[in-house]
Amino acid sequence: MTVDAPTYTADELMAVTAARRLSDGAVCFVGIGLPSRAANLARATHAPNCVLIYESGAIGAKPRHLPLSIGDGELAETADAVVSVPEIFTYWLQGGWIDVGFLGAAQIDRHGNLNSTVIGDYDEPKVRLPGAGGAPEIASWCRETFVMLRQTPRTFVERLDFLTTVGHQAAGGGGAGVTCVVTDLGVLEPTPGTGELRLTELFPNVTADDARGATGWDLQVADDLETVSPPSAGELEALRALVPANEETVAP
Amino acid sequence: MAEIVPLTEAVRELVRDGDVVALEGFTHLIPHAAGHELIRQRRRDLTLVRMTPDVVYDQLIGMGCARKLIFSWGGNPGVGSLHRLRDAVEHDWPSPLELEEHSHAGMAAGYAAGAANFPFGLVRGYEGTDLAEQTRVGWVSCPFTGERVAAVPAIRPDVGIVHAQRADEAGNVQLWGISGVQKEVVLGSSRSIVTVEEIVPELEPRPDAVLLPAWTITAVSPAPGGAHPSYAHGYYDRDNAFYVAWDEIGRDRDRFRDWMQRHVLDTADVTEYRSLLAARETSPV
Repeated sequence: MTVDAPTYTADELMAVTAARRLSDGAVCFVGIGLPSRAANLARATHAPNCVLIYESGAIGAKPRHLPLSIGDGELAETADAVVSVPEIFTYWLQGGWIDVGFLGAAQIDRHGNLNSTVIGDYDEPKVRLPGAGGAPEIASWCRETFVMLRQTPRTFVERLDFLTTVGHQAAGGGGAGVTCVVTDLGVLEPTPGTGELRLTELFPNVTADDARGATGWDLQVADDLETVSPPSAGELEALRALVPANEETVAP
Repeated sequence: MAEIVPLTEAVRELVRDGDVVALEGFTHLIPHAAGHELIRQRRRDLTLVRMTPDVVYDQLIGMGCARKLIFSWGGNPGVGSLHRLRDAVEHDWPSPLELEEHSHAGMAAGYAAGAANFPFGLVRGYEGTDLAEQTRVGWVSCPFTGERVAAVPAIRPDVGIVHAQRADEAGNVQLWGISGVQKEVVLGSSRSIVTVEEIVPELEPRPDAVLLPAWTITAVSPAPGGAHPSYAHGYYDRDNAFYVAWDEIGRDRDRFRDWMQRHVLDTADVTEYRSLLAARETSPV
């Protein structure tokens, strides 16, 4: 008798893939959505001593449910300390205490630069996006930055409409910049020497051509391209136990 | 010295058309009741300042109160876009909105500089971004090493407005949990309004709480429930369902105006607003 492999979504494998890259004890600057799922999954599985820092000022938060916003009461209740927003960005982030920062974006280019400001012209935008938030300084000052972003030709672009966040290490800060981009097709990492993002890992049942087709530049592929292993039953169980707080409370 | 006055009076006396007004709150203790009062009193041409403009700024912008927005992240946290903010920027509805945008670190440095009475704040950032071209940022050299550092203007609003858990009868304010930039905005503003969940005879000292002494505040106004749909730590939780529902309400101009008419313009204060919402308890719509 064979046991069917567990089924999972691309979002779940993205969270699992990012979580696996966090070492136990890593100090993480976490945003809402997939990054929060990934970091909390790491804490629930192989990295129980992973430290979660939210830009609202919660240091060492241990949420029992995934928060809907970066300042949910759950984060303050379970944090080791809560500091002011000026303090979190100066002493803790710019001070160089964070190992891994997580970012999303609307667009990324081959150097890992990010746009979260506008689609179209700045003065006559087609789509006005939320803006920079903490992203520019997170990418500058965390030792490494992980980007989590679905891969399409509209998001992986030859040229950004607006450069909100410098992703490569010349950002002028103390960190290495974007060291890993987890997409719904696989993983991109900077090529040693040039820094250009290239495909280094693929999700199961995805081909390098799929990834090339979802990229707006001529995507290079690593010679030793690896396949990401599917989520284990344990990873999936831990991930699904992290029910977002809003799923329980949203009115019909 | 803080005067304890009803919120209607505090807004009438202290906020003028054309003022630079910061209603702060970093996901916690967002002064919704005060924002609604600005809308009821039809303030116009405001320059609104906030690191994270969310639903209440969407409402102020959609109701035509703002001329300019100074901010660092404008969205509905965990949900998506602010449709009224986008409509104003993308289609000038109901009127054009000028933007000055920073990173969070830049805004935080600006507020800290405002509180400290410095002309500018410093950030090691902005280098290499397109943001540097679009916003008010300058560059200074370290007098000791020559290193180039970004300078952002101090944020000194005409009026700073925050919400807190409680005040005593003398107007001393106690605030705890995620405290954002609330202390900075009150200390850095020419005039300030603090709305509170309750006024108590005497404040019990709390370690780690932010204390804003009465002599740093212009007006303290009771507004129980005044942070809804955000939360007041120790009083009530964040109404996540409201933020999700706002995506639909805010998306359509007519539906937005109708909602604002019934819930804000046609209610006298936060107490009436809260009872109206409670009466529709299955849905905030």
